[in-house]
Amino acid sequence: MPWTKVFIDQDDFDSLPNQEGLRWITFRDSLREAQLQMLQHDDKVFILGEGVDDPGGIFGSTVGLWEIFGKDRVMDMAIAENGLTGVAVGAALAGMKPIFVHMRMDFLPICMDQIINHAAKWHYMTGGKVKVPLVIRSIIGRGWGSAAQHSQALHALFLHIPGLKVVMPATPYDAKGLLMAAVDDGNPVMFIEHRWTYDYKGPVPEEMYRVPLGQGVVRRPGTDVTVVAISQMLYEAVKAAKALAAAGIEMEIIDPRTLNPLDEDLICASVRKTGRLVIADVGCRTGGAGAEIASRVAEKAFSALKAPIAIVALPDTPSPAAHALELAYYPGAAQIVAEVERLMGA
Amino acid sequence: MARISSTTLKRLFHTMLRIRRFEEKIIELYPAQDMRTPVHLCIGQEAIAAGVCDNLRQEDYIFTTHRNHGHCIAKGIDIAALMAEFYGKVTGCSRGKGGSMHPVAPECGILGTSAIVGGCIALAVGTALASSFQQDGKISVAFFGDGATDEGIFHESLNFASLKKLPVLFICENNFYATNSPQSARQPHDHIAKRGASYHIPGFQVDGNDVVRIYQTAQRAAARARAGKGPSLIECRTYRWKGHVGPDCDYEKGCRPEAELRDWMQRCPLELFQSRLLADGIITAAEIVSLTEIIDADLAAAVRFGKESPVPDTTDLFRHVYGERD
Repeated sequence: MPWTKVFIDQDDFDSLPNQEGLRWITFRDSLREAQLQMLQHDDKVFILGEGVDDPGGIFGSTVGLWEIFGKDRVMDMAIAENGLTGVAVGAALAGMKPIFVHMRMDFLPICMDQIINHAAKWHYMTGGKVKVPLVIRSIIGRGWGSAAQHSQALHALFLHIPGLKVVMPATPYDAKGLLMAAVDDGNPVMFIEHRWTYDYKGPVPEEMYRVPLGQGVVRRPGTDVTVVAISQMLYEAVKAAKALAAAGIEMEIIDPRTLNPLDEDLICASVRKTGRLVIADVGCRTGGAGAEIASRVAEKAFSALKAPIAIVALPDTPSPAAHALELAYYPGAAQIVAEVERLMGA
Repeated sequence: MARISSTTLKRLFHTMLRIRRFEEKIIELYPAQDMRTPVHLCIGQEAIAAGVCDNLRQEDYIFTTHRNHGHCIAKGIDIAALMAEFYGKVTGCSRGKGGSMHPVAPECGILGTSAIVGGCIALAVGTALASSFQQDGKISVAFFGDGATDEGIFHESLNFASLKKLPVLFICENNFYATNSPQSARQPHDHIAKRGASYHIPGFQVDGNDVVRIYQTAQRAAARARAGKGPSLIECRTYRWKGHVGPDCDYEKGCRPEAELRDWMQRCPLELFQSRLLADGIITAAEIVSLTEIIDADLAAAVRFGKESPVPDTTDLFRHVYGERD
């Protein structure tokens, strides 16, 4: 099926045997289409965020939507992230389905009171009487000297909070299907995108569809090592797999797609088959998503491990600005290859 | 007062008395230590809950705070479910997941309660935004204390509500203390109502112990909100008789001057109102006795229900973390 395949470049598309009826669109256009269709289909849905109606339209992902639906349903806002998160939560309590958008994930720390103390707690604290159908989209930045306040990947913070779901799409197909599932989930969902996935293309059906939260996917079957690749690291893992295949090492790539709920069974089944695990994350190492996945595999599939678990993640420093430092900061395919080779030799 | 019907005046009195007796019942029961939840009592502040909520319809939304018993009772919560919640029972309004600080009663517009100072202000603006989308004619009320006006979320919420002309009432119960920190240690100017002007919101400062004045001010604000003219800010100046939390006074511990409390107790909102009603012949002493008996019988039944109800099954611990899809 083309829906679960990862396409790095034009050659990948061209190599697909049967392209009849497939529509190739970018990750950004897929997100935009999901929101457009949700706005058309469900009058409870509205979009709120700084710049959702500006000419750039959140890196193109909301561009032109206000012209179709008006500025009430595609609403710019006061620069008051925490207050407006509360407003979005309140609207959700009364039955609306807000999609609250942040151009940078770095703005979420301003919203923590409403996300953690209110949105995440509400359904539990009200004994299940009141739901919070809220989606918070945010985008992880990277590169061009964006530095420490415009390129953080903070998904691990939200993993720690019961009551939140954490979704990290990597492919255009998943961007649309997961966003639609998130909007209809009935819970607060942190929908976390990576700026570097926006230009990737893939096949995306025109009709509405949902990718269930909590189902990971095997992106590439392999026998020697399991690589769990989160968000944009999926593309780095695919590149690494190509390089390693030439050396006779077969990587199995798993894209968890959602970190909470996490498809533990899929990951553990793969580790039981390969005996080795590398986790490639877009966030910092300490207390990170990699650490969480590693601990669960260590608890549930320890006896299958032939080598220690390895984590490829950002070093525990803020993001630098200088290009030379960025090059040293961000791991990619080369680091995944190195870790796989180390485990194969172990 | 002449412009308010005697039925309304009696109803306001009934609500205030009901709140007072409820809180006094908590004080009576709390030392037994089987009500294992922090209680923030509102004795001395009853007029605000009664005066504001009497202008609301059942479907209108209110959001309140850790000090919420009065607001919930005035809005019509089932006091047996509230009492059961305090006793940690599965029959509680929040199924034993909320305790005293987080009551919920969607059937009367209470969609949950936050105990984070200022937290509920934005939520009320959010339900008001939903009402403007859904054109459902509902209004929303945020009750909060003077401490909450120190918070950024107060300013963010007022700004946005005014910008969008949302149907919401901001009711500040200024009891002059945030826990034990006096207003003068936190704010450069003793006039919270004036803060509304910064956001183009009409601000009113009223005697928070005068239920008639509160009723009339809230009535105008509610009419304004229903007419699509936007929010109002009402600062009700009042005093809580008990400590920040728990059934005791706190002057003994040096939290506040005793003379200040005594002075405010001379201005008891319930006694002031009762004297006016008696003097004007709107209610008789005999009616008050019988009203009190009815309230106390209700409370006794609520306490019995709370005590006799079953505790939640421990498997309930894992329920309701997430909601099911509709």
